[in-house]
Amino acid sequence: MIEFSIIPLFTWLVSLLAVPAILLFRKRPDAREGITFLAAFLKLGMIFMMLPLIREGKILHFKFGEILPGIPIEFRVDGLGMLFALVASSLWILTTLYAVGYMRGLKEHDQTRFFACFAISLSATIGVAFAGNLLTLYIFYEILSLSTYPLVTHHGDKAARTGGRTYLSHLLGTSVAFVLPAMIYCYWKSGADINFTDGAFLDGKIGSSDGLIVLLAFTLGFAKSGLMPFHSWLPNAMVAPTPVSALLHAVAVVKVGVFCVLRVFTGVFGTDFLQKLDVGTVITYIAAFTIIVSSLIALTQDNLKRRLAFSTIGQLAYIVLGVSFLSSNGVTGSMMHIAMHAFGKITLFFCAGAIFVASGKKYISQMVGLGRQMPITMIAFLIGSLSIIGLPPFGGAWSKWYLFLGALDADQTAMAIVLVISSLLNIAYLLPIPVNALFRSPPQKGKKGSDAGIKEAPLACLIPLCITALAGLIFFLFPGLGFELAELITK
Amino acid sequence: MTEHFPILILLVPLFGALIVVLLGRERPEQCWVTSLVSLGISSIISLFTIIIVLSDKVQTIRYRMGGWEPEANGYEVGIELRVDILAALVVFAVTFVGFVNTIYSKTRAEAEVQGKVSFFYALIQLLIVGLCGIVMTNDAFNLYVLIEITSLTSYALIAMGNRRAALSSFNYVIMGTIGASFYLLGVGYLYIKTGTLNIDDIRMVLGNNDLWEHQSIIVAFIFIMLGVWTKMAFFPLHGWLPNAYAYAPSMTGTFMAPLMTKVMVYVMIRVMVWLFGWDFVYSDQHVWRELVIWMAVIAIVAGSLLALARTDIKKMLTYLIIAEVGYMVGGAWLGNVTGQAGAFYHILSDAAMTFCLFIAASIIVLRVGDSRVSAFDGLFRKMPLTMIGFTVGALSMIGLPPTCGFFSKWYLISGGMKAGQWEYVCALIFSSLVNAIIFFRIFERAYFGKIAGVKEDLSPSDSDANPDTGIKEVPWSMLVPLFIASGSVLLLGIMNRTLFEWIQTALEVMNT
Amino acid sequence: MDPIIANFIEENIVPKFNYWIYVILMMIGLYAMITKNNLIKKLIGMAIFQTAIILFYVSIGVKEAGGIPIISHHGSEHHQEAGAHSEAGSENLKHNIIDKDKYANPLPHVLMLTAIVVGVSTLGLALAISQRIHKSFGTLEEDEILNKLRPGGHD
Repeated sequence: MIEFSIIPLFTWLVSLLAVPAILLFRKRPDAREGITFLAAFLKLGMIFMMLPLIREGKILHFKFGEILPGIPIEFRVDGLGMLFALVASSLWILTTLYAVGYMRGLKEHDQTRFFACFAISLSATIGVAFAGNLLTLYIFYEILSLSTYPLVTHHGDKAARTGGRTYLSHLLGTSVAFVLPAMIYCYWKSGADINFTDGAFLDGKIGSSDGLIVLLAFTLGFAKSGLMPFHSWLPNAMVAPTPVSALLHAVAVVKVGVFCVLRVFTGVFGTDFLQKLDVGTVITYIAAFTIIVSSLIALTQDNLKRRLAFSTIGQLAYIVLGVSFLSSNGVTGSMMHIAMHAFGKITLFFCAGAIFVASGKKYISQMVGLGRQMPITMIAFLIGSLSIIGLPPFGGAWSKWYLFLGALDADQTAMAIVLVISSLLNIAYLLPIPVNALFRSPPQKGKKGSDAGIKEAPLACLIPLCITALAGLIFFLFPGLGFELAELITK
Repeated sequence: MTEHFPILILLVPLFGALIVVLLGRERPEQCWVTSLVSLGISSIISLFTIIIVLSDKVQTIRYRMGGWEPEANGYEVGIELRVDILAALVVFAVTFVGFVNTIYSKTRAEAEVQGKVSFFYALIQLLIVGLCGIVMTNDAFNLYVLIEITSLTSYALIAMGNRRAALSSFNYVIMGTIGASFYLLGVGYLYIKTGTLNIDDIRMVLGNNDLWEHQSIIVAFIFIMLGVWTKMAFFPLHGWLPNAYAYAPSMTGTFMAPLMTKVMVYVMIRVMVWLFGWDFVYSDQHVWRELVIWMAVIAIVAGSLLALARTDIKKMLTYLIIAEVGYMVGGAWLGNVTGQAGAFYHILSDAAMTFCLFIAASIIVLRVGDSRVSAFDGLFRKMPLTMIGFTVGALSMIGLPPTCGFFSKWYLISGGMKAGQWEYVCALIFSSLVNAIIFFRIFERAYFGKIAGVKEDLSPSDSDANPDTGIKEVPWSMLVPLFIASGSVLLLGIMNRTLFEWIQTALEVMNT
Repeated sequence: MDPIIANFIEENIVPKFNYWIYVILMMIGLYAMITKNNLIKKLIGMAIFQTAIILFYVSIGVKEAGGIPIISHHGSEHHQEAGAHSEAGSENLKHNIIDKDKYANPLPHVLMLTAIVVGVSTLGLALAISQRIHKSFGTLEEDEILNKLRPGGHD
């Protein structure tokens, strides 16, 4: 079942190799962007090459070499990794297209640095997706934190500096303080083996009190998952340009966080072992708390991107909630939600950025009636919102459904209620935006001509957001692949 | 020929020093080349020594000075040099850092020690002789002599700087002499009881006569430890270090900061593991194990916090050295082989990263003319190469993979967990976080801040600030050492498994 | 005198008087190094400190009725009279065996010669540094020197 393959190596490598090329072509923007596109398509292509093998149940393996006694740096591609890699690389292509439109539309500075850091970050993301053991995971997790810093602080002003500081202090602080000791503890207790094998390596080797502490350390330590109380880096990172916010904070960075939590639950402990230890409930409560509180805070935010950020925090907590149910439905729901939320949220961020490029507006209160001038954007926003809320006929419905099933499986009816309440909150903080924009008329024009010249966003921005919005619909109709990959993990 | 390698490593720089002094009168510009050649030869020989010692036939090279054969009852008569893999690694580190540092000193020597360039090179070579001797010798009294040789040359090297350096050197003289004298006192007590000075023989005699619980031996151990701790600047005996290293001429600071305290840590490990042995040091009858680990914890925390409070770059780095010494002392005293091996690996790792950081800091202080943290403003754009070197060293201090700092933290934390010393584990993590704060503040400045202008007045705390005309990168002779240092930080990290296995095997042999 | 005190002195102080002396000297030296303000006085303290240790070492080599550890050779006479001496004596001389109780232990003496040299070098070096300090600061009193440095910023 475990096969050696060199494709994971190249998948990871292709975006790294793009970096020197990007730096080389810094004076020729079209060639430079072309390189990013080339790398992204190659990456996606290679992932598609691996897909049939994974679907058959094989696991692709590539080892770099042992770096600590007993621990190699290695890639191990299974269903979960494949799902995440698919999501991340397909969205990279779309985001690059979007970024081209956005950055050129705003005549942003330092675009070379931007695209180069993007490429490195994608490499790190694939590294996390394909990581075969805790150490590899940790290494790429840290590289991702560092490589996204220049992206978050792109604008270079005071707000960027503060935002960057919160970003790095939270992410690095939690990973060094919590994940590192937990990882070393696991290494010690499991006899120098921290590879994510099928059976999960900690089974039977820790007791329930250390198990709880280690689990908590991992869950809170991977602060990219946005669980409270270490969530504040996310809203503060919204000082970044929207393409950064879109990919990294709605898809890659935060998804890396929840992916790591998923790996800890399924690959380090194993859901069966966790059930025996009976330690899932603490995480369930933390996740539930995060969901409710973040949704409430989202209601109070007028800055569109900040509202979306808090929404993301809540949605990520759904994923953690799902896996904390320790049932196969819960894990399935979580994995599906990684994909559904990714496409849904990225649509919303693309729209937010498009609105900014086209009209300079950042605040929701300014966007009443905007649908007249930007109908496509707003309809896409509506579709994205519906998917996030979890209403059919959009993909989010599937993931919400399975999360709900998972809650019932685990006899957590309170959590099922939490899911329902939070969906209502989602409606409350998301739907008014597109509805107001499309179906209400704009207020009197106070400043003359300020709203008159607003047209739709540039084409390079529009196309990606339409594609991702449609993807939500397509995923509802054809969810099969997602379920297949989920099944590979849960059985 | 190869059996003479240990002594050659010592002799080559010794004669190099002599030649340099003689040359200094007629041709001062040749001093640099001579130094470079002699240290290069020494490094190559020590590299070969590592290879020899690794081969199965020769686990340990024993070299008797003067060829004095042992007595009939097996006791050594003369001074013996004993080189195993641990010693070979440290010797290589010393000679290699010396060699690279000499490359660095090419442009700085004349500027910083006007007219005494030849003395500088002579003293550096003598210092290297002393350090290598300390590592290789197997005789307790010879160790004292070599410690004093090392100390004397370092006092002189530091005092060659500006007037603040002279004052700091004087304080260093006072404290260093106390330390070395304590060591001597300890050896004296050991001699009274055993009648021999050879480290192997002392152990044998102590074991044969079961003298372990005798008061003199305990007193000897405490004195030796106190002496060695003073020389390695273990908190609270660290008072001499910040001033001495910060105000020293930059090329002295870059050499001494990585090496001197680390070699003393090596001495401590040798004394603990080889002279006194596992059962004596770690037995539960003595209360000192817990005590020393707590002292190490305090050293780590205090060093990190004091570093955080500093605004002068070099002072900050010296306090970080103090914290790192705490790591090593704590690791060695944990009571398991992982801890000892981790502490030893940290000797090498810390040498590399301190070297890297000190060179980078010296370059920046030189170019910008300001030795405070504000010197870093905007440097990522103006001096990108230097900042890359600095970043590698900083990431290693914080403990991010794949730098060597990550792996030494890994081993030390593992050792701490195994020994159940959770306060030590927490101290290590605390220190990583504090280092992260310190260095990311600097990175932020370097990334965002306005570029510092040319300073008219020299800050008092650095001896080599020159109001240069604009901040550009420094010449290659200074950048190459920086890159070699950063490269070794990464290399040590990637190769850590091999090194750790060597170290662990050697320690396990020693511990039985 | 009180018998207990006399006993104490007799058992703990008199036989170990060399240790007491070196400890007292060491403490004097340490005191001087730490508390004195004048740099030269500190150096004198340092010298006392090191001398105490030298005294310690030398004193442990002493033996009752032991003399100076130098073997006196009577030149070639011994070889010519080899036959005339007793067997034990010539055997002794052939194998260079000597009666160790007649000589004090020479090894500490040798070690301390080295230590004295080290001490002298350290003292010389420290005096040179003091000269430099005096030239730069104009004074050898520590508090005055620190005062001079203070306005410049002590970080």
